[in-house]
This record gives sequence, C-alpha cells and structure tokens, in this order.
Amino acid sequence: MKTAAIKTKALRSCSNKLGHVKAAKLQKITWSFIRGVLIAGICFVTVYPLLIKLHMSIMTEGDLYDSTVRFIPRNFTMENFKVAWELMVYPTASFNSLKVSLMVSILQVASCTIIGYGFARFNFAGKNLLFAMCIITLVVPPQTIMLPMYLHFRFFDLTSLFSIGSPSGGVNLLDSYWPFTFLSATGLGLKNGLYIYIIRQFFRGMPKELEEAAYVDGAGLFKTFYKIMLPSAMPAMATIFLFSFVWQWNDSFYTSLFLSDLPVLPNRLASLASNLRYRFGHTDMINMVYESQMNSVGSILLIIPLLVVYLIAQRYFVESIERTGIVG
Amino acid sequence: MAAEQKARLVKPGFRLSLTRRRSMMGYLFVLPFIIGLLIFFLVPIFQSFIFSIGRLEIGAGGYEWQSVGLANYERAFMIHPDFRRLLTEAVRDMVLNVPLIVIFSFFTANLLNQKFRGRALARLLIFLPVILATGIIASIEQNDMLLNMIKNADPEAVGDFIGAFELKQLLMETRMDQRFVGYITDGIDRIYEIISASGVQIMIFLAGLQTISPSLFEASNIEGATGWENFWKITFPMVSPLILVNAVYTIIDSFTSQNNGVMVIIRDTAFKNLSYGFSSAMAFSYFIIISILLLVVAAIISRAVFYQE
Repeated sequence: MKTAAIKTKALRSCSNKLGHVKAAKLQKITWSFIRGVLIAGICFVTVYPLLIKLHMSIMTEGDLYDSTVRFIPRNFTMENFKVAWELMVYPTASFNSLKVSLMVSILQVASCTIIGYGFARFNFAGKNLLFAMCIITLVVPPQTIMLPMYLHFRFFDLTSLFSIGSPSGGVNLLDSYWPFTFLSATGLGLKNGLYIYIIRQFFRGMPKELEEAAYVDGAGLFKTFYKIMLPSAMPAMATIFLFSFVWQWNDSFYTSLFLSDLPVLPNRLASLASNLRYRFGHTDMINMVYESQMNSVGSILLIIPLLVVYLIAQRYFVESIERTGIVG
Repeated sequence: MAAEQKARLVKPGFRLSLTRRRSMMGYLFVLPFIIGLLIFFLVPIFQSFIFSIGRLEIGAGGYEWQSVGLANYERAFMIHPDFRRLLTEAVRDMVLNVPLIVIFSFFTANLLNQKFRGRALARLLIFLPVILATGIIASIEQNDMLLNMIKNADPEAVGDFIGAFELKQLLMETRMDQRFVGYITDGIDRIYEIISASGVQIMIFLAGLQTISPSLFEASNIEGATGWENFWKITFPMVSPLILVNAVYTIIDSFTSQNNGVMVIIRDTAFKNLSYGFSSAMAFSYFIIISILLLVVAAIISRAVFYQE
C-alpha cells in the first residue's frame, strides 16, 4: 500500500539529513494531506447530486438553457417550489407520509425486537429454517409477490386466507393504513429481515449471566425481557427506528401498491411529471426538460424533512450501529 | 423452584422439562413472524408460482386463470429477446461491483476511523447516500431526462466526471496485464455508483473497526510491529466476519435494487403489458438464480472468515 512506500521513502530521505523526529513529522504531514484529499474527494461525490438538485431548483426555466449560467443562477426564484408544493399537495402528503413512516417504524421496532429476541435466546425446532426464511424475505424480488399481496388486501377475508382460488367478497383494505400495520406488526415490512438480523446479533452479544441472574431473582421470562433486555437494547432499537423511518419515507414500492388515493409524498413525487403535463398542457420535448427540473424540486421537497431528521439524529446514525453489537 | 421441578419430574403423565418450556416460549416470541410469514409471504409466493404456470387475466370482480404449463418459463428464456441478456448483465454487474464496493467501504471505514479534524463532518457527508440514494429518489434520478441528456452531452457535468483515461495510460506503461488495468479503470469510471451504494457497508465496517480493542495494537507496537503488519495481522482478521455480512448485503442490494434491468422488466411486464403470469415466471427464475449465487458466495467466503469463538 501507499503508506508503507511513502513511509520508507520519507524515512530514508530525511533521516540522514534532518534527524529522526523531523522524519516522523514529515511522514505524518504527508499522510494527513493524502487522507484529506481522499476524504474531500469522497465527500464531494456524495454531496454533488444534492447540490445539483438544489441549484437546479432555484433557477428559472430560462436559466437552464443559458449556457453562460453554470453554478450561480441569474434569476433566483422560488416559483418552482411553489408549483411543486401545490401539485404535490405537500402539507397533506407529508403529514400522511409522516403518519405512515412513524407507525411503520414503531411497529417494526416492536415486532423485530420481540422476534429477534426469540431467535437469539431460545432453541426450538426449525429455528434455523425460520431464520433462513427471514433472510429469504430480503432476497425475493418484491414483484414476485406484488400481485398476490395486492389481491390479498383487496379482498381481505380472514376465512379464506389460505385459499388459492379466485377471491371474492371480503373487505377492501387498500387505501388505508391497514396493509402497512399488518405487514410491520408481523415482521414482514420493508427490509425487516435486516432488522431482525441486527437485533438477533445484538442479543446474542449480551452476556447470558444477566438473564440467569434475573431468573434466579424470580423474574419470569417476560419480565426479564421487559425490564432487563429491553432497556439495554435501546441503541439497537434507535438505529432500527431511524433506518426504518428513513426507508419508509422514501419508499415508493409499497406505497404505490397499497395507497392510490391517499396522498403520500413518494407517490406524489412519482406523479409530479404527469400532473405538470396535465396542468400546463405540455406535450413537447422542451418541456420534458422542465419536468426534469421539477423532479429535482420535488426531490428536494421530499428530502428536506429527512435531512432535518438526519442532522438532528446524526449521532445515532453514525455511532449507533457500533452499539448494536452487530459486529461483536 | 427446585422443589417444583422435582415434583414435576416425579409426577406421571404430561411433564414439561425446563428446556421444553423454554422452547415453547421461543415459539411464542417468534409467533408474529410465523403468522406473517405464512399469510403474507408463503401463500403469496405459492400463489405467484401458480400464476406463473398459467395465464392470468384480472377482471373487475376477481381474476381468471388458465393453466399453460411451463410455457411462460419457456417464453422467458427462449423467446423473449431481452431477459437472458439482462440476467447476464445483472450477474456481471454484481460480480464486478460487489468486490469493489466491499473493498472501497473497507478502505473508507479505515480512513474514517482515524482521528482528524472535521471527522464528524466527513462522516456526516459520507453517510448521506444512505438516506438519499434509496427508493423514489433513486428511481427518479434514473429516469431523469435532463440528467441523462447532460450526461450524454457533457460527461463532466454529472457524476461521471472522474474519467480514468490518463491513469489507464500510465498503468499500461507499467506492462501490467491489460485486463487487470481495464478492470481498475472501469471501476474508477463507476466510482459514483460505487460510492452511492457503499453507505451502509461503511457504517458496518466502521462499527467493526471500533470494536477492536486498542490493547491489541499497543501490545503489537511494543513487540515492534509496523503499521502494515498491524493491519494484516490484527485489523483484517478481526473484521473478516463483517466482510461476509457486507458481501451478502451488497449482493442482495444490487440484485433487488429497483433500477436493476431485470427488476425493471419484471415490473413493466406486469404493469404495462399486463401479462402477470409471464412476469411471475421471470421473477421466480430470477429469485432462484439469485439464491443459488448467494449461497455459493456465502459458502466460499465463510470458509475464509476468522471467528473469534
């Protein structure tokens, strides 16, 4: 690797002229410089899309074509935001998104913690098979089960849950929060397998002596879980809550499958382009560029709450994975 | 407690030993998952399989299904012009990208683990793709016309600005094997994709690096080990279980991302062309192929992993 070569080179060239201490210092400075450049480069690549979207959103349409305008827009405007706000029904949609994401996250944390604890601490027949199924839920392309799930919820009938034939009757559960409730509460929502895996690794890493001590003191299984394991699992639960919230906020797959009339942000963003077309009657090529610009604006509107959450809770994002014990 | 147990053992008839009772409790904890698995996963998969061996038409009140045997599968592999090509492309992309992503995230995690000023800011920015590069934002970016136009007209304006042309020439002059050079420069051209897909992996590696106890490094420094030796003898084995975890996660992520060619065509066949049976057949075959690949890779890597216990 680079470091070894540079180190030896620096040492050799410096040690006979400047002395040992200065050689070490030069190594350090060189390495700091290289590291700074690398980090700056990577950060730039990650932030760049966000910057592009931001700067495309505050330009007027005319500025997009003006080739002398590279980064600083000539006409600063918030008009695009106003249009997107209105078309995306932003207040209602974001409130709904908030409701869905919160509900899903809370349910997922609750169910995954319970399920993960079961996998970690108990031995029962078929445990490995069940856990393998858990991972398989992550691997299956969602489109495979998209249609049957849609039909399940369209004609939801508790008595015919296991029937394969043509459904009829039942309750239409689409366009409500019920599909999400059912899926998250049973540990089958978005990326649930990952959360269950994280919790399982976490509980595996906790010393068994804690539970045994509680048992000796007379606590039953549920009490042990509730009073001892749960409080120490807070970091893991916080991580899962954050991940789940963010991914559900961004998710367009389940929301577009289950919710068609109820406005939520990802759906509104996906239909932003066609809504624009409808409203302004655009059909030609030039206005596809406008649509792209509006997509950027819509994306920014969608991301802003997430960014706020991220900035506030960034300590949890960055540092809490280490405390979940997934690695120990 | 002990007296109760003894009494239980002596009692004739139905007796639950402690371990049996615990097993039952285990089932109780996992019960929500079992229920959900049955209703929302296994039954739909089975239904999907049934759909895939037939032809499906959705009406207003229900649907009609006629069996056509394996015709859908045949059509997918033999007749459809794109499916096989897209499959091989997906597999090829995975084989190329996954090692790059894992190596890159390991490298970045090492960088981020060192102490330097602005480390918090660097971490903040580098983990941004975890939030931003998923779901709707990613698929909008993929289909964005303007971005694509700019990309084609002026590659420097969007993410493809790091071309590796000069590096390629330099490496060629060192007489390194040409395919290897090509692989490296290809990877560098794709750095934007790689960085966006590395967020979670960097997090996991970083967490792993932070759990390595510093006393190990102190001991080895006393013994006179260089940084290079430290890295290969301490750091690398300690995080090798995570290499498996990250590899599996990256493979799953790359195969099931919504922008994957195969996923797009499965989705379009189902919803634009309305041939659900055909789409199910494609989805099933894709799923089986992914699972096989995943098992193979996991088996290979776990042989090389060093476990502490």
